[in-house]
Amino acid sequence: MSSAKKTVRPSTDEKIIQMARNVRAQGLAGDDPRFNVPSRTLANVNFNEVKRIIEMGDGKTAREFFNLGQSKKFMQTMLVAEACKRLVAAGKTNSIRDLYYMTKHTIAGTRENTFDDQAESDPIIEDLEVTLDSLREELHLFASNKGAMVGEITVVDGGDVIDARRMGTGGWSVPSIVEPDVIQFRECEAKFVLLVEKDAMWRRLNEDKFWKQHHCILIHGGGQPPRGVRRLMHRMVHELKLPLYVFVDNDPWGYYIYSVVKQGSISLAYESRRMAIPSARFIGLSSADVKKYDIPEEVTIRLEDTDIARAKEIMAYPWFAGKKHWQTEIQRMLSSKVKLELEALSAKGITYASDEYLPRKLKDKDFLD
Amino acid sequence: MTVAGNAPDAQSMAKKQQEISVADFFAKNRHMLGFDNARKALLTAVKEAVDNSLDACEEARILPRIRVEIRKIEATEDHYVLSVRDNGPGIMKAQIPRVFGKLLYGSKFHRLRMSRGQQGIGISAAGMYGQITTAKPVQITSRPHKSKPAHYYELRMDLKRNEPEILVDKEVEWGEAGTGTMVDITMKATFFRGRQSVDEYLEQTAIANPHAEFSFLAPDGTERTFPRAATELPPEPVEIQPHPHGIELGIFTRLLHDSPHRSMGVFLTSSFSRVTSQAAGQVCRAAGIPLSAVPGDVHHAEAEKLFHALQKADLPPPRTDCLAPIGVEHILKGMHKELGAEFYAATTRKPAIYRGNPFQIEVGLAWGGKLESDSIARVIRFANRVPLQYQLSACASTKSVMDVAWKSYGLQQSKGSLPVGPLVIMVHMASVWVPFTNQAKEAIADYDEIRKEFKLALQEAGRKVGIYLKKKQAAANQAKRRNIFNAYIEEVVKAYQSITKEDGDDLRQALLDTARKKTELAEKLEAMKHKDAPEELEGTLVIGEDGQPLVPGSAVVSEKDLAQDDSEPGIPASEQVASLKDGDDETDLESLLPAKSAPEHGAAKVKPPRAEAHGHAAPTTLSLFGDDDA
Repeated sequence: MSSAKKTVRPSTDEKIIQMARNVRAQGLAGDDPRFNVPSRTLANVNFNEVKRIIEMGDGKTAREFFNLGQSKKFMQTMLVAEACKRLVAAGKTNSIRDLYYMTKHTIAGTRENTFDDQAESDPIIEDLEVTLDSLREELHLFASNKGAMVGEITVVDGGDVIDARRMGTGGWSVPSIVEPDVIQFRECEAKFVLLVEKDAMWRRLNEDKFWKQHHCILIHGGGQPPRGVRRLMHRMVHELKLPLYVFVDNDPWGYYIYSVVKQGSISLAYESRRMAIPSARFIGLSSADVKKYDIPEEVTIRLEDTDIARAKEIMAYPWFAGKKHWQTEIQRMLSSKVKLELEALSAKGITYASDEYLPRKLKDKDFLD
Repeated sequence: MTVAGNAPDAQSMAKKQQEISVADFFAKNRHMLGFDNARKALLTAVKEAVDNSLDACEEARILPRIRVEIRKIEATEDHYVLSVRDNGPGIMKAQIPRVFGKLLYGSKFHRLRMSRGQQGIGISAAGMYGQITTAKPVQITSRPHKSKPAHYYELRMDLKRNEPEILVDKEVEWGEAGTGTMVDITMKATFFRGRQSVDEYLEQTAIANPHAEFSFLAPDGTERTFPRAATELPPEPVEIQPHPHGIELGIFTRLLHDSPHRSMGVFLTSSFSRVTSQAAGQVCRAAGIPLSAVPGDVHHAEAEKLFHALQKADLPPPRTDCLAPIGVEHILKGMHKELGAEFYAATTRKPAIYRGNPFQIEVGLAWGGKLESDSIARVIRFANRVPLQYQLSACASTKSVMDVAWKSYGLQQSKGSLPVGPLVIMVHMASVWVPFTNQAKEAIADYDEIRKEFKLALQEAGRKVGIYLKKKQAAANQAKRRNIFNAYIEEVVKAYQSITKEDGDDLRQALLDTARKKTELAEKLEAMKHKDAPEELEGTLVIGEDGQPLVPGSAVVSEKDLAQDDSEPGIPASEQVASLKDGDDETDLESLLPAKSAPEHGAAKVKPPRAEAHGHAAPTTLSLFGDDDA
């Protein structure tokens, strides 16, 4: 993706060098070298009532080298910065998995690896993004593609024209980086965007040509949508002025997916300004649907203790706390003690979701805001 | 009452009644003297002979050199010759037959002086056992004069009369310069190694007597030597008179009637310790007996009054200079040369009194090194430097070991049992009269005063081990941390070099320096190998990887904690804090370093003036880093 080069703010390279020089200055002064990493925790996010998005606060956590609990992460941060510096210098872009392999090796004189798992390096990358105040693409990194799209739109991806109406059963794979220099929008007849939580329901709707009947864009993120999918939806909502509906399981996880899409996430709060979509609406499944759509009791699933705890946590988030209808929605799930998967709609008929459920929801404008 | 015609009457029964000779009695009851069976008999015989040799050498102020040989007699199944040879003062020719051929003959029974043998039964009983089991006489060679040849005796004991019978009496060559004695006893025995063996006895004796040198030839031809680790003889114990509070009525009346003194005043002041003429006057007044009364003429009732008045009299405690403890330094040296542990701690308590008898308790602990790590701690017990190898569980010292909460010193222990771990616990009771539970002198009787002293001594020494283990753990943690930091420093510097294209050597050096400072404690233990820091190591010995003490001769007796002698030793609060912090990864590493170490070390150098009354008996403190119980 050589085109990414153009977007690199010239300062990224310098920022990394400056970071290394600070380490030296602290080291030579006999101090404990430290990075001040903005905290990516609930305690350090604020809900902006006006913009209705989650924003990162000013809280920072010192990551100190001579603190046994932080020493390894300090060292890992240096390694990730070094790898990014090499990518930037070479004008190449790598996946975060490649970066994991670039930085993984056995530490000399020990049996310890610098990284044991990609799950260890990914958060370090996010820490580096916030520490340097650089976007991931500015570090020349991307995540592997997750999520697919079909619908009444044509896009240009890296110079290639993609007609999302002719993407077969699999759809167009949404890249990790979808900034305007990579992706441009062309013809669009779609009236709205429908985010489906899972691939299975997305396939059902695609096979039923739901997007054709209802003139929309159908997109899924394989669970919690990755940054590429969120950013793409954000752009479509803002640039194409399309409404976004979120179609997820009726469980705390589904609520949280909606919450992240709408307000932004806690750990990536610094990305909210270019990813959160406050206008997004929750189309279902709702805890009211069991009754409303006469869904058989047999297909409901009992809430686990962890579900209950998570639901209560979500209810207390500032962006849900003030919304009466959301309090009712979650409370209703808690008192019914059951949750519902998207696929449960199949119990009412193979194409029930495409033919009955969604059309009625759209017609009734039965959304939660 | 009808009596059958041929039933024995008093007259016929009287014919069967006769005096029982002491020798006959013990021949029948030899288990009372430790000759129960062939295994134990060999050990007991070695022990009696070696104990006698050590006592004799020390009394003559000669550094003991003792050789033990056990040879199997060919063509017999279980007959052995035990030969013990010393470099002691020798025995005058005229004394030999009675010393070796008569039970209850000796110089030690009637005096209150700390010595290994107490009754004068041991060596002649060993000879008697040999005579009974093999019908062979005891052979004694002794040379009391350097300039004359040695004399050689073969003796048989007349069991009925408890009198020696001389079979051979001649002059022989001694074979080396100097004086000495050699005893050969032929006896039925079983030779073995391991627990309760002759090997174990010699090893333990070598520990408690680092001034003595032993060599041992076993029946299988293997030779073992126990070299000397100290060249100072133990101080010569002073003989004392009995203290009135430790005496019983029967003994008192006998002393009274046997007294050659012409007046009660002289009798009281010269037969007992701590009775002044003033005190004697008070006692006589209280008993209503004139000071001038002749002791031999006092009636029984008056004697009893006098006895009770004496018991009630407010007298100073017995003198304690009659005790010669091994001492902290010698305990450490003795254990070190025989045990191969990593850490040693020792404590000598100040003297205490039970039943009017002064005694002193000492404890040595050895931890780690070659000691077995997952077995129950080995308890080695001594009374007047003599190992006690039987009746472990009956001994007051063992009960005291179980009373101590070893867990608080970082060792494992199930409630009410011996601790588990690489630990040897040495306990020693020094006294003019050690109260044994039996004649074979195998276990110390359970007097409250004795048990309390044992427990306090064990706690003092235990605390030292606890401190060492904590420091060691803290140092190990820091060493681990340092290794981690050092490994990461290399990674950080490499990344720095790649990012900046600079060499980063100054950064590496700076980070390594800081890492060293942050983990300073790791070096403390290391540094003890080279640094001379006696105050920090008082009462303990830390052994380096090369098997040498880290600070040779660091065992220093200090009077530092005389004042807090009777307090229950515990873990100082500062230690607890350190241990709590230790578990926390986020801890500031500096908090693990001994706080304010410099000024405290300075303070530790100012020792209180030596307390005269305690003399050599002063207890010791340990402080590995000088920061405990300030």
